[in-house]
Amino acid sequence: MSTQQGRPLPDPIKMVTIPSRLDYTITPGEAPTRFLRGILEGRILAERCPKCGKVYMPPRGSCATCAIPTKEQVELSAKGTVTTFCVVNLPFYGQAVEIPYVCASVVLDGADLPFFCLLAECPVEEVRPGMRVEAVWCEPSERKPSLENIRYMKPTGEPDATYESFKEHL
Amino acid sequence: MGRWCAVVGVGQTRHAAKRGDLSMVGLVREAAIAALEDCDLSWKDVEALVIGKAPDMFEGVMQPELYLADALGAVGKPMIRVHTAGSVGGSTALVAAHLVQSGQFSRVLTVAFEKQSESEATWAITPKIPFQPPLVAGAGGYFAPIIRSYIQRSKAPADVGLRVAVKDRKNAMRNPFAHLHLPDIDIETVANSPLLWDPLHYLECCPSSDGACAMVLADEQAARKTPKKPAWVLGTAMKSEPTMFPGRNQINPRAGRECAASVYRQAGVRNPREDIDCAEIYVPFSWYEPMWMENLGFAPENEGWKMTLEGATAFDGDMPINPSGGVLSSNPIGASGMLRFAEAAMQVSGRAGEHQVSGAKLALGHAYGGGSQFFSMWMVGSEKR
Amino acid sequence: MREVAVVSFAQARSVRRDILRNEVEILMPVVAEVVAASGLSRDRIGFTVSGSCDYLAGVPFSFVMALDGVGAWPPIEESHVEMDGAWAMAEAFTRLQHGDIDSALVFCFGKSSVGDLPDVLTLQLDPYLVAPLWPDSISVAALQARAMIDAGLTSEREMAEVAVRSRRDARQNPYAQLSGDFSVDALLAEPCISSPLRRHDCPPISDGAAAIVLAAGDVARGLCEKNGRTPAWIRGLDHRVDAQNLGVRDLTKCPSARIAAEKAGVSAAPIDVAEIYAPFTHQEILLRRELGLDSKTRINPSGGALAANPMMVAGLIRIGEAASRVHKGEARRALAHATAGPCLQQNLVCILEGE
Repeated sequence: MSTQQGRPLPDPIKMVTIPSRLDYTITPGEAPTRFLRGILEGRILAERCPKCGKVYMPPRGSCATCAIPTKEQVELSAKGTVTTFCVVNLPFYGQAVEIPYVCASVVLDGADLPFFCLLAECPVEEVRPGMRVEAVWCEPSERKPSLENIRYMKPTGEPDATYESFKEHL
Repeated sequence: MGRWCAVVGVGQTRHAAKRGDLSMVGLVREAAIAALEDCDLSWKDVEALVIGKAPDMFEGVMQPELYLADALGAVGKPMIRVHTAGSVGGSTALVAAHLVQSGQFSRVLTVAFEKQSESEATWAITPKIPFQPPLVAGAGGYFAPIIRSYIQRSKAPADVGLRVAVKDRKNAMRNPFAHLHLPDIDIETVANSPLLWDPLHYLECCPSSDGACAMVLADEQAARKTPKKPAWVLGTAMKSEPTMFPGRNQINPRAGRECAASVYRQAGVRNPREDIDCAEIYVPFSWYEPMWMENLGFAPENEGWKMTLEGATAFDGDMPINPSGGVLSSNPIGASGMLRFAEAAMQVSGRAGEHQVSGAKLALGHAYGGGSQFFSMWMVGSEKR
Repeated sequence: MREVAVVSFAQARSVRRDILRNEVEILMPVVAEVVAASGLSRDRIGFTVSGSCDYLAGVPFSFVMALDGVGAWPPIEESHVEMDGAWAMAEAFTRLQHGDIDSALVFCFGKSSVGDLPDVLTLQLDPYLVAPLWPDSISVAALQARAMIDAGLTSEREMAEVAVRSRRDARQNPYAQLSGDFSVDALLAEPCISSPLRRHDCPPISDGAAAIVLAAGDVARGLCEKNGRTPAWIRGLDHRVDAQNLGVRDLTKCPSARIAAEKAGVSAAPIDVAEIYAPFTHQEILLRRELGLDSKTRINPSGGALAANPMMVAGLIRIGEAASRVHKGEARRALAHATAGPCLQQNLVCILEGE
C-alpha cells in the first residue's frame, strides 16, 4: 500500500453500485399494430410483399430484400415445422422462462421465414428439425397484444416434414 | 483505395472477467498508451480518433466516448464513434484506416473497448421488448440453432466444435493478454462442461471480458518514421445484409462471402488458402470456425470442418486460425473485432511474440456482428503490393 | 480532396410524439424520397451510412431494424455511427475520397418521445461522479446560459429574441414542429423552468428522420443538372470535440466549434446562410461568435433546433437545409453546423457552395 505524507491511503474503491432507471413507452408501429390486433383475436396475420410475393411472419411492415412496405395481410394457420432449435440451459438475470427450455425456429405453413418460439409438451431429447408443431394459445381473457399469447408450440404428431421442404428457411 | 495506410502501433489490455483495478477511463488508456508506446508516439502526434464499442447498454453510459474524450487525448481533435454490433471493432479500425487513406489525416488513433463487468451483457442484449416473448437467451441462444443447421447440412462429426474450443485455448497459452488461460483443457473437459445452449457446451462459448484494443494508423510518410516494421493495409471492406428475409442463408451469408471477395481482390489474393499465411477471425462459438472457413473461401461448402479435423487451422497447420486464442479466449465484445484486426497486423509485422506464426507475410482480420449480417475485414501485409 | 456534393435531401416532419409509426416506418418514406430525388437508382449507391442511438430508442442494436427497412439486398457496403447523422455524413465524405465509388446514402432517425429525453441525456455524463446525481440536460444547459449572462455575453431578452425569430421563421418550414408569432415581452413574462432558461429557450422534444445523398465530381454535376439543382459542394468539413467535464471548461466558450470553423474555412468568404444546431437560445449566441459569423449572415431560416429537435437527426437536417438553399440558388455559400454532448461538447462545421 502506498502512503501519502506518511499516512496510509484507504483501500482503493473498486466498485460502486449506481442503480439507474429509465422508462420507455414504445410504439409498436403501424404494421406491428395490424399484426397484434390479429394476435389479440387468436389470429396470425402475416404480410405478403407486393413485389417478390414472399410472406413475412411476423410481419414488420416492409420486405427486407425489396425495401418496400407490405400491406396485404395473409392469415396463416398456427401450424408449422421446426427448422432448427437449441436447448437453453443458461440462467441469467431477468429470465422469464424456467430452464431448460427449447427455443425453436419454426416456419409456419404458408410463411416464408421462420421465427423463434418456445417449444413444450415434448421431451427435450425428442425435439428435431422437421418436427410438425402447432400453437397453444393462452386463454382469451389472458391475452395481450404480444406474441406471448402463443404460450408455446407443441408437437402435432404428424409425420416429420422433409429436410428439402424447409432447407430454404435455415 | 487512395493513399497507403499502415498499422504502426498496437496495444491491448490484459483481458479479464472483471478489471476491478481500472475504471472505464483506465481501461481505454491502458490500451491507447500501449499503442502509442509501441510506435514511439505521444498523444500530441494523434490527429484524429475513432472509437468503437458495442451497445452502450453494456456499460450503462450513453455515447461514452463523449465522457472519455478528455482521457483519450481527443480534446480539440476530430472524434468519431462507430457502432455496427459485433463487427464494430473491425469497422472502427476500417473507419480509422479510411481517414488515412482518404488523405485527411496522417496519424489516427483508434480504440475499441468493452467493460462488460459494469453491466450485465446478456440482459443488455436480451431486453424485455413489448410484443415479443422473452425467449432468446443471449447471443448463444441466437446462434446455437444456426450451428445445429450447419451440423445437419454439412454432416460434420460432433467433436469438431470441441476441437476448436481446445485448439483456441491452447493457443491462448501463448498470449499473455488472453482472458482465459486453461492449460489443462482437453476434448473431455469441453465435452463434460454443461450444455448451455445445446448443442453448445459452456467451454465452446466465448467468455465475457473487460478489455480494450488500440492501434495507431499512419500514412506512408509517418509510418516510415516509426521504429518498428509497419503492417500495410492492403484491403478493407464492410458488407451488410438484412437480419431476416425469406431464403436467407444464415450459415453461409452472402454479405460475408462478398466482403471476403472484396478484400482478396484489393490485396491481390487469388487462392485464399494458399496465399494467406494466417487469419484472426471472429469465432465466439466454436462451430463458427468451420462455418467461416467456408464463408471465407478457405474450404468448399460443407467441408470447413475438415480443416479443423485435419489440423489445418492449428497453430502449426497450413492455415493457422486465431493463433492469439481468438474470441473464445478473450471477448471484450466491442474490442473483439479490433483485436482480430490488430493481431493480424502483429503477425505480419513480426510482433506477435510467443504466438508468432513464422514467416507470416499476409494475414486476414475478420469480424462479424448482428445476426451474422454485418461483416468487416481487412488484409494486412508485411510489404505493400 | 475529391469534390463531393449534396445532391438530394429529405426529411420527415418533426412531431412531438409519433404514436402510430415506429422508427423504421418514419424512416422508410424519407429514404425512398431522397433516393428518388437524387436521380440514382438504389443499386447505384456505393456506400450507406447511418446515425442513431440505442439509448434514445431504449433497445440495443436499434439501427439493425432500420437497415432492414431501407433495403440491404443484395448486400451493401454499410456502416453506422452512434452519433447524429451529420457525423455519418462525415464518414461518407471520407469514404468517397477513395475514388472507387461515386455516391453515398446517409440517413438518421430518432424518436426522442419514447423515453424521458432530459433524463436519458443524463447518461451521457461521467458515470461515476456526475450521472449518479441525475442532472438533466436542461439543467446542464442552464448552467451554461447562466455563465454567459454573468459574463455579460447575452441577456434573457436577447435569448428570447432568438426564440421569437426562430419560431417566426419556422412558419415557412413545413417540417417544423413549433412555429408562430410570439412577442419577446410575453415570453419573458413566463416563469423559468431551470433558471435562467424559460420554456422558449429550450428545444422541443421531437421524433424525426432525415437523409441525404452525396455524389462525387461529374456524377454530382450530372445528377443535379438533370434535376435542375445547383450541386451543393462540400468545400469545407471539420469536426472537433471538447472535454466533457463541465468543471474543466469555460462554458462561455466553445473551442471545438471555433477550431472546426477555422479548419472548414468559414472566414475565406462571406456566408449567406448558416444553419446552426443550437438546441438552446443562448447557444446560438455563443456559436455565432465562435463560428465567426456576422450580422450579414442569415441564421437558421428553417427555424433551427428551437423549432424541431429530433435527436441524432437535427444535425443532418442543418446540412440538408443549408444544401437546399444552395440547390435552389438562394445561397451561394452556406454553413451547416451540428453539435453533440452536453453544452456543445462536440461540433461539426460544413461549408457548402454552389458552382
